[in-house]
Amino acid sequence: MWQALHEELAPEGLAVITVALDRSIDDPRPFIEAAGATHPSLIDTDHRVADLYNMVNVPTVLWIDEDGRIVRPQDVHYVSNQIASITKFHNRKPLAALRAWVRGDAAAYPGDVVADTKVADDTHQEARAAFALGWWLSQQGRAEAAERWFVRAGELAPHDFTIRRGSMPIRGIDPMGPAFFQMAGEWAAQGKAYYLPLPDTATDADDYEAEPIEELDLEAFARSIEEGR
Amino acid sequence: MTQHYGSAMTTWTVIDEQQSHLLESGDTLVLDPALLGWQRKPEGLCRDEVCIPVPADTPPGAMDAALLARLLQRPIVIDGDEHVAAFAAPAAERADALRSGTAPDFELPDVHGVLHRLSDFRGQKVVLYAYASW
Repeated sequence: MWQALHEELAPEGLAVITVALDRSIDDPRPFIEAAGATHPSLIDTDHRVADLYNMVNVPTVLWIDEDGRIVRPQDVHYVSNQIASITKFHNRKPLAALRAWVRGDAAAYPGDVVADTKVADDTHQEARAAFALGWWLSQQGRAEAAERWFVRAGELAPHDFTIRRGSMPIRGIDPMGPAFFQMAGEWAAQGKAYYLPLPDTATDADDYEAEPIEELDLEAFARSIEEGR
Repeated sequence: MTQHYGSAMTTWTVIDEQQSHLLESGDTLVLDPALLGWQRKPEGLCRDEVCIPVPADTPPGAMDAALLARLLQRPIVIDGDEHVAAFAAPAAERADALRSGTAPDFELPDVHGVLHRLSDFRGQKVVLYAYASW
């Protein structure tokens, strides 16, 4: 879908840059190749971008203008409706907002960007250091020591799922498996949100009325992943 | 300088953001602040025009890593068994950069290993989309 948006909006001046927060280039490669991506599709094995932009989950989108200024606080936008019946994120408002901004028809954000930008505290930065330590130890083959630091990082920043879920593949834990559902369930039981979309483009009932979404055929979806999409 | 800390020397790895450095230290990690871009001067720890006072009883030269981290307000984690430590960027520095409004610059490779820099796209609107296979 980003490839389609790239093709649609590049002539109007938009550059699409995707960044995979993954442990190696081989993790996102099948997605990038299947999409036939011609926009920059980058790999961030050290979670550099997560650190610089205080990202705590994926997907996270940021809009930057011609002068290199952040014009919208980070947001959760799924631009494809392919798995919308699971994510509960509809793409109608995000796509309309993106097109309007690129074409100069609307402001990028109705609020105060700086006031609505969330920043990390030192405990969160310590968690990022703990993640870096775990990641380095893991790359050295010192898995047991690495595990202690990944656990510590998650304790220090329980709201940071680039750490808690993002470390799962490194640790040999299925990030789509029971450990993930237990983590997400415990988080929800505390009354906390796993995703924090901005209100102006958040999914509402009117999105489904305007553009109905088909229930995902899970088996067909699994097959499409198997076949590399 | 190492005599203050006493123990046998071993090789430590110090991770400073994306860089890793090897150095010799005892059981307690002691390092030259120059590794992090700071110089010991009579005024304290200095970088460019900025100097941070150092407690008067601090031995000259290399410094205890935890003390250095505290003075520079850089979170640190130290694994004394594995002889590795990691410094994070100060939260205030990251917050100031993000709230300055200018998108922090970075350089990352694509699947072909070609490096791309965010600032190369000045003059265009950019959508930066972070995702993962997990």
